[in-house]
Amino acid sequence: MSTVQQRSDPAAPAPGVRARGRRSLRRGLDLFGVVPFFAFVAVFLAIPTLVVAIGAFAGDDNRPTLDNLAALTDGYIVDAFVRSIVLSAATALLGAVLGALLAYALVTAKPQGLLRRAVTAAAGVLAQFGGVTLAFAFIATVGLSGFVTVFLREHLGADIYAGGVWLFELPGLTLVYTYFQIPLMVIVFLPALDGIRPQWREATESLGGSTWQYWRRVAVPLLAPAFLGSTLLLFANAFSAYATAAALVSQGNPIVPLQIRGTITSEVVLGRANLGKAMALGMIVVVAIVMWLYALLQRRTSRWLG
Amino acid sequence: MAGLTAPPRRAGLRRRRARRQRVFRWVVVGLLGLFFALPLLAMLEFTTRGAGGKLSFDTWRLLVDWPRLSETYPDLSAGITTSFGLALLTTVLMLVLLVPTVIWVRLRLPRLRRTIEFLCLLPLTIPAIVLVVGLAPVYAWVTYFLGGSSLTLTFAYTVLVLPYAYRAIDAGLSAIDVRTLAEAARSLGAGWATVIWRVVLPNIQSAVLSAAFLSVALVLGEFTLASLLSRTNLQVAIELLGKSSATMSVAVSLAALILAFVLLFLLSFVGAVRGRRRNRSKEPTVSTSSEPAIPATPEVTR
Repeated sequence: MSTVQQRSDPAAPAPGVRARGRRSLRRGLDLFGVVPFFAFVAVFLAIPTLVVAIGAFAGDDNRPTLDNLAALTDGYIVDAFVRSIVLSAATALLGAVLGALLAYALVTAKPQGLLRRAVTAAAGVLAQFGGVTLAFAFIATVGLSGFVTVFLREHLGADIYAGGVWLFELPGLTLVYTYFQIPLMVIVFLPALDGIRPQWREATESLGGSTWQYWRRVAVPLLAPAFLGSTLLLFANAFSAYATAAALVSQGNPIVPLQIRGTITSEVVLGRANLGKAMALGMIVVVAIVMWLYALLQRRTSRWLG
Repeated sequence: MAGLTAPPRRAGLRRRRARRQRVFRWVVVGLLGLFFALPLLAMLEFTTRGAGGKLSFDTWRLLVDWPRLSETYPDLSAGITTSFGLALLTTVLMLVLLVPTVIWVRLRLPRLRRTIEFLCLLPLTIPAIVLVVGLAPVYAWVTYFLGGSSLTLTFAYTVLVLPYAYRAIDAGLSAIDVRTLAEAARSLGAGWATVIWRVVLPNIQSAVLSAAFLSVALVLGEFTLASLLSRTNLQVAIELLGKSSATMSVAVSLAALILAFVLLFLLSFVGAVRGRRRNRSKEPTVSTSSEPAIPATPEVTR
């Protein structure tokens, strides 16, 4: 009875209001569907990120301080950042140039041909091939008793380690990183090369342009943003890499990821509990800048070669 | 007149260029192929090197003999078991979290799509070594609630695979008309669970499969988080083994690599099947093809 009474009650909400209420209720129910995802991301992605970002500004007593960031200017940390950046830049350039050559070689082959398909598949695997397994692959190749080392010593009398064992230091890291940089370049640069249309070359020719002019005036300017963008991606890839270096480098912590490992695994120096977080924040900043530039260049690339 | 003599000259030019390109192609592919094949061959040679320079397959025989392997290298067999368990758990958790959410957002909360995409792609800009710094306190709680088992790594790994899995699933959903499918099913009286489970999911099967393959490949190769969160998986075991038995660790590395190769090869096969199926269905209805008939960017047409 009371319901009937209520319905005829002039004070009851107007139909429009009730409908709006129902709609917002339904939207609220809709949001329930994404709660598990957001809860998971909050705990395992947002909190860790905040821990790093806030921890970088907190002292041992959890008071806000800039000491950790100031400590980043210490000689050995600056050195580690410089070495990391040089290593990443060198392997990115090396990988970009060699990878672009390989990608171009693939583009001149038949699109559905066996060569192209085999190389793309192999590149897909080798670009993922990092970490411990890669380190061991190179120890088996150019390690002290590796295949190539032994072969050169026994058959050609050459000692690749005459100037010291370089595999477990920066030169070795450069060689090993290049191994996964080249395939990655092939994967990210191939679509841009595919975007180059044969008509553009024909147009150049019909206007009397030479091959050199075609490359100088048409292909290179078109490909430059894609090439730069891919190089930046390679840089970020090498900069973030940890496992390969961890398995290979035996002495010291030459690069930033290994320095961070040092702060996690070893005894913490008094007053430096959050130094690792400051370094981690430094890494995020470098990677974020690089990825931002990459996104900018990507947009520029898609104008012509999308 | 230059115009009259041009065609034969140009044909000759093109032939010459094709020949030059072929030479260039084989030189580049040959040299880089050597660079890439050498470490793999070296691994094979290293693991079959016997006493006195003879071939020996002892290492490999031991590797395929599971009972003997787990007896000789208990850490390694534990690592292998853990990694496979992690691969399974991570794939399941990733699918359970991601697939319904992404479908739901497409159907009911389109405004959240950008947010979800941003969150899923975020791990790409956070290096694993940085993530581990932030995860350490979170994992102190995980250990408190769930114990210190290595299988708890599955939470962190799910975060790592999010970008790749999201891209695969999102691409799969973009290829079908989710909204129409859902409306059709709803108008026939299906509940939301039925829509997701029996209508949308079968249509994005291959996308889900590639997300799963990528997750498995990534988990089997993960080292950073496991090592620094003091847990054991395959890669940690290999690294540990490298200090005592180099031959065995190289053999396991090669085996893991071949496994990853097979997985990703299967993945490319899944992609090919998907492409072919889409092409076939595209033939009768050209207008719904995902590739626009007009150039994608207006700048080109202008």
